Amino acid sequence: MKGTLAAFVSGLVFAVGLGLGGMTDPANVQGFLDVTGDWNPGLAFVMGGALGTFALLRALFVRKRERPVLSSEYPAPPRTRLDGRLLLGAAIFGIGWGLAGFCPGPAVVSVASGSKTAILFTASMVGGMGLFRALEIALAWMQERQKPAQQPVLDAPEP
Amino acid sequence: MLEFLPSLLGGVVIGLSATLLYVLNGRIAGISGILGSLLEPRGAQPWRLAFLGGLLGGGVLIQALQPSAFGSGPALGSGAMLIVAAGLLVGFGTRLGSGCTSGHGICGIGRGSKRSIVATLTFMATSIVTVFLMRSLMGGVS
Repeated sequence: MKGTLAAFVSGLVFAVGLGLGGMTDPANVQGFLDVTGDWNPGLAFVMGGALGTFALLRALFVRKRERPVLSSEYPAPPRTRLDGRLLLGAAIFGIGWGLAGFCPGPAVVSVASGSKTAILFTASMVGGMGLFRALEIALAWMQERQKPAQQPVLDAPEP
Repeated sequence: MLEFLPSLLGGVVIGLSATLLYVLNGRIAGISGILGSLLEPRGAQPWRLAFLGGLLGGGVLIQALQPSAFGSGPALGSGAMLIVAAGLLVGFGTRLGSGCTSGHGICGIGRGSKRSIVATLTFMATSIVTVFLMRSLMGGVS
């Protein structure tokens, strides 16, 4: 219960920070990405401020406490390899971010404004996540189906 | 420089929020991961729903106090097809690449992850190229 409340407050504060920093205005974001045009460097301060604050406070806290206040351990990164999947995914995300000026956090927050563009974007984004999930399931199913074919090789007697 | 003070303040507030979630819940404030995990078996955990509820609540707060913070849509083309395509790319790409601006750009780099540094440089590069191409094709950005 405490953890749920903490997560709610964290989400609320996150949204306020995005609003203060100008991330909830997609034109502002595109202005930041427009480095060869009329560049608006504001968002560099948002990202720098967020990154610096998190890195500093996290390091201070982790040194003092072996585990988080309301749970048993700090998160481990789920994937550790630097692979093509990471690069391709990040590249695809960047294209979408540039096209509309929305990344996931500001998109969700902007749904509350009632903006049709934000709602359409966020619905499509969830659709894209669903598409990825469907692909994951399909790939897992195909791998599962291929297993029996590989069985004889695996079971071959040792020489 | 003073004109960027609100931006810096916004960034610090975001950093505080990410720290709260990390040191209290032991979770990463990665929005694409939190949202995308809802589509996985047993992914709809209370903390994820609560965080997303907080984001929406914050949005309601901004709409009430400072609605101009939401601007008036993208500067470069806002046709429905373009918005749908952009949303699909962001949703698919962030799941394939295991993170977005918050998870990789803030929390990942903040933890010193090489993967996150590479991911952030990659999506910054493709987003900058995309905006450059759009501006070249569609005319000036305001």
